[in-house]
Amino acid sequence: MQWETVIGLEIHAQLATRSKIFSGASTAFGAEPNTQACAIDLGLPGVLPVLNREAVVMAVRFSAAIGADLERRSVFARKNYFYPDLPKGYQISQFELPIVGRGSVDILLDDGEMRSVGVTRAHLEEDAGKSLHEDFHGLTGIDLNRAGTPLLEIVSEPDMRSAKEAVAYARKIHQIVRYIGICDGNMQEGSFRVDANVSIRPLGGELGTRAELKNINSFRFLERAINFEVERQIDVLESGGKVVQETRLYDPDRDETRSMRSKEEANDYRYFPDPDLLPVELDDAFIDAALTGMPELPDARRARFCEAYALSQSDAAQLTASRELADYYEAAVQEAGDARLAATWIMGELAGALNRGGLDIGQSPISAVLLGGLLRRIADNTISGKIAKQVFETMWSEGGAADAIIQNRGLRQITDAGAIAGIVDAVVQANPSQVEAYRQADEKKQAKMLGFFVGQVMQASKGKANPTQVNELLRRKLNA
Amino acid sequence: MHTKSIAELGAGLRAGEFSSVELTRAFLDRIERYEADLNSFITLAPEHALTGAAKADAMIRRGEAAPLAGIPIAHKDIFCTNGLKTSCGSKMLDSFIAPYDATVVSRLDEAGAVMLGKTNMDEFAMGSSNETSYYGVVHNPWDRRLVPGGSSGGSAAAVAARLCTAATGTDTGGSIRQPAALCGITGLKPTYGRVSRYGMIAFASSLDQGGVLCRSAADAAVMLQAIAGFDPRDSTSAQEPVPDYSEPLHESLAGLRIGLPKEYFNEGLDGEVARSIELAIDEYRRLGAEVVDVSLPNSGLSVATYYVVAPAECSSNLSRFDGVRFGYRCQAPADLEDLYKRSRSEGFGAEVKRRILIGTYALSAGYYDAYYLKAQQIRHLISDDFRRAFERVDVIMGPTSPTTAFAIGEKADDPVTMYLSDIYTIAANLAGLPGISIPVRQAAGKPVGLQIIGNYFQEAKLLNVAHRLQQESDWHLAVPAGY
Repeated sequence: MQWETVIGLEIHAQLATRSKIFSGASTAFGAEPNTQACAIDLGLPGVLPVLNREAVVMAVRFSAAIGADLERRSVFARKNYFYPDLPKGYQISQFELPIVGRGSVDILLDDGEMRSVGVTRAHLEEDAGKSLHEDFHGLTGIDLNRAGTPLLEIVSEPDMRSAKEAVAYARKIHQIVRYIGICDGNMQEGSFRVDANVSIRPLGGELGTRAELKNINSFRFLERAINFEVERQIDVLESGGKVVQETRLYDPDRDETRSMRSKEEANDYRYFPDPDLLPVELDDAFIDAALTGMPELPDARRARFCEAYALSQSDAAQLTASRELADYYEAAVQEAGDARLAATWIMGELAGALNRGGLDIGQSPISAVLLGGLLRRIADNTISGKIAKQVFETMWSEGGAADAIIQNRGLRQITDAGAIAGIVDAVVQANPSQVEAYRQADEKKQAKMLGFFVGQVMQASKGKANPTQVNELLRRKLNA
Repeated sequence: MHTKSIAELGAGLRAGEFSSVELTRAFLDRIERYEADLNSFITLAPEHALTGAAKADAMIRRGEAAPLAGIPIAHKDIFCTNGLKTSCGSKMLDSFIAPYDATVVSRLDEAGAVMLGKTNMDEFAMGSSNETSYYGVVHNPWDRRLVPGGSSGGSAAAVAARLCTAATGTDTGGSIRQPAALCGITGLKPTYGRVSRYGMIAFASSLDQGGVLCRSAADAAVMLQAIAGFDPRDSTSAQEPVPDYSEPLHESLAGLRIGLPKEYFNEGLDGEVARSIELAIDEYRRLGAEVVDVSLPNSGLSVATYYVVAPAECSSNLSRFDGVRFGYRCQAPADLEDLYKRSRSEGFGAEVKRRILIGTYALSAGYYDAYYLKAQQIRHLISDDFRRAFERVDVIMGPTSPTTAFAIGEKADDPVTMYLSDIYTIAANLAGLPGISIPVRQAAGKPVGLQIIGNYFQEAKLLNVAHRLQQESDWHLAVPAGY
């Protein structure tokens, strides 16, 4: 039987507000337990929630970014269940009337094709705290610092057909929320959490029963978890069993998913509109203000990069992967005056160095302007590409501008034909047997043998001789 | 001193006839003398009160007197008080000390009022007789064998017995107006959103409204002035400006249109109560008012609607009392589920548990549409009834309660009969309208309350209408024998 995989994702993006969604407590990550939980976060008797305006602004921006139907009127509801890290015994979320309605994003598949993935809705809600099961000798500790942190839950349509597509979609949402500055996207700290609803069906058949995969904290694990789960479901069905609707936890150490709870044990959440909060009514003035300063979105920027900088789709996609990288590239181009060269260096030398150092673009020791300064000197033939790599190393480890390094170390390229001719003469004189061999050889062999002489000349010039000129003069001299 | 109005006491304080410390001591002495008979307080705060009184005296001497400077009051034990126990009448919160003041408390503090203590109440404000309190029943000062009404029964009894000048209360289905009626005092429930709910322990959030229990409409005007107004910490509090409540008290009632809903004078109404109400209406005719018959056709549905909406909200609001972070926790829980089950089973009383169960049921999957959603629809119909009535009249009048105070224990085992004692008050909560109960005559020596319901934010009109009657009569001045 040929099986088709059907995947939908629920993504929880933690909104980058300074304070919580319903209280004034800080949302900063990593503080001592329970130091960022005020009376409202603790759910003390008598306290009331007040909606953080900034969280609404961020939801409006997201709505615009995915071309969704922004709901002018949305309602907060209570999702009731008991858990020790849920202080009020209910989570304030949006249920029947979410703030963001239907939208979609385009993802680029491996075969270069574009595919549209539907976003069903996105709604605002508060996060719960954390239960800490270690270090308490049979007891459970509760840390409520995270309680009340604003989340935007983004629910997709079941439009994805493979783990790779799911990853491409998740990356796309990740890229968008970071571009528009509403989420830092840190998956390790839980700022961007992805749950996957996975089912399989005979190709083109009725939808199968789905399992919800949780505890996925990287894109790599997302792909692995889905692949494992698809194989598991195929095994179950092909051996005559039934897939049960359940929540399964992904265990990255064992690379498998394990059952957490089945739907039969699930809570009845008894949703109802929260009487402590008025419906959120958005008017034009609020929406206009929220959308002021919206940056160029990734798709538009990629298209512009192709056009303006004559880049391939894939290079443009790579350079617009994050807003920081795209900003870096454009600043470097402006300084270097050569878009192609800047693309090559940023995706090559710079990306390699950042990768080795475990740094992201924002932490690069070489700023875009300084890198552009270096590239300008390649473009205007002041230095060769090879020397430029040396200068790059120096800039990376010691800092400083390319021009100063070139000046101080005397790295300026030798382009004086007379000076190069002198070195060429000396090399030819010093290697009579090789010269003889060269002159005996056929054209094909000569091309290979020329490299020896070029190497000698470059060595003698400490790499500074213009390679084009060296080749030209050597060839003329040897063939004379 | 204990029979003087807030205005008279304020004048006496400013004139130096007596100090706030003396006044406070006088009330503390009365509490010491009568409290054992009434059980109207859960917590007394004599030291806090005397410190506050001394501060008020200093303010008065400096001529900075705030409107309530030095006036001794009490708070219903549902309002959080920083550093002083707030029990909400429940074993669940017997050990709870809030680290903050409710907005109502801080505003009265700023107005210079002196808090004597926290008054008894039905557990989590669920009750109409003050019999569900973990701290025991409150006795009606008019007759110790009778209930004071509820849930603000402690506040009503304390004000009626002149153990404080005024007290705060909350009204979810009649919890200010009904005990005010049964204890022969003036009780005002403002428009929903007029007074901040911040720090007021929630029973049913869409119905709860803080207000005041006083000896007169004039006193109520001063108290309301202090607590009314928008609070950024309560999203449901109204941005509506606060008018001067005392200034229009004396306005003439000539041409006032009073609506009498025929549904409020039905067979459930006690004959003596009906007669007292009719006599009061006659008094208003003499004051120049015009009386019009109106109809509130859906009012018969209000009790049923209320007993879906209020328990539904309470089932969620009371989820935070789980034994994890504060309040009562059972001994030696075996595991998490045991902790939840026993903490809540042991910490809550029977009526609270009944309402949590009803509310949980009403919100359950498969029942939500039939109960909660339907109740919300009826709520709209009830509001529409009032809207239509207020197109024709300025205020609506009727009895506050179908009977006078009943005997302690009489209805305690019959929740439905108990619920029906709020039959005339609940509709105002469902619609969010302001209402006031004032004492009018007596039936067999027991106080009768006249309820006046106004349009949204018409508290000034209600107080004016109430005050004019109180100028012409002295029912509000009657003090229970022995106090």
